[in-house]
Amino acid sequence: MRFGIVVFPGSNCDEDAYHAVRDVFGLDAEYLWHKDADLKGALRTGAMARFSPIMSQVRAFAEQGGPVLGICNGFQILLEAGMLPGAMLRNRELKYRCEHVHLRVEHTDTPFTCAAAPGHILRIPIGHGEGNYFAAPDVLDRLEANRQVILRYTDPEGRLADAWNPNGSANAIASVCNESRNVVGMMPHPERACEPLLGGVDGRLIFESVVTAMAIR
Amino acid sequence: MRARVFVTLKPSVFDPQGRTIADALHSLGYGAVEDVRQGKYFELDLATSEAGQARALAAEVADKVLANPVIESYRIEID
Repeated sequence: MRFGIVVFPGSNCDEDAYHAVRDVFGLDAEYLWHKDADLKGALRTGAMARFSPIMSQVRAFAEQGGPVLGICNGFQILLEAGMLPGAMLRNRELKYRCEHVHLRVEHTDTPFTCAAAPGHILRIPIGHGEGNYFAAPDVLDRLEANRQVILRYTDPEGRLADAWNPNGSANAIASVCNESRNVVGMMPHPERACEPLLGGVDGRLIFESVVTAMAIR
Repeated sequence: MRARVFVTLKPSVFDPQGRTIADALHSLGYGAVEDVRQGKYFELDLATSEAGQARALAAEVADKVLANPVIESYRIEID
């Protein structure tokens, strides 16, 4: 098994993800350069990155059932590319939020949550200014009916509460998957929560899940 | 020809920036400004002299890049 970490100009935490895969889990990882000019942030986050040549390969990989995880910038790009439903608005209070949040695992039948138990609470950091998840009401209804909401912002006990929703996301959504469930986007950063030195190891579960999923594939 | 493209959040989408500006205006005493919606404005210089063609091209570009149809709508002026 080999992890490919897509690197865009100006995307962040790709080195953290590389470190987590290589040094924490001892697995094989390589950077995949997007091969295009730096246009990030010109319009909406992810709006330009989706036109990079590598995105057609990412799309083809996903269509073959390959597991694709978009973290933060990556989630925004998957939304702009239409590989996941919805869009990101500026955070409700217009502030860049950089802090630990609590996430409730809603569904475990994805390659990135299969090592968790439903209702499992994860403490993982966020760092974003545009993470206010939006989708039209009929799309939200379909996401809920199809069990595509994978992580929700909650209080430390796993209860929904507006005060624990850091960005105003609809239905407290922190993560969604596509209908085939192999493409997952999440705003929190699991790669920043894989070592005790970094303040927690709950992010490991996301990596352990994909290792498990690939082993039984 | 020149196309002017106005991209705004759909009415159903909350606009936190517009809300913040409205609040600031209210605190400055501009109570008559009931609401503010913030958007983006683009000028496209187009290599065509036919208005219909210009509009179609601007609409294609707006659909594909300038606006995100999930949250935004747009209006085009040609001159």
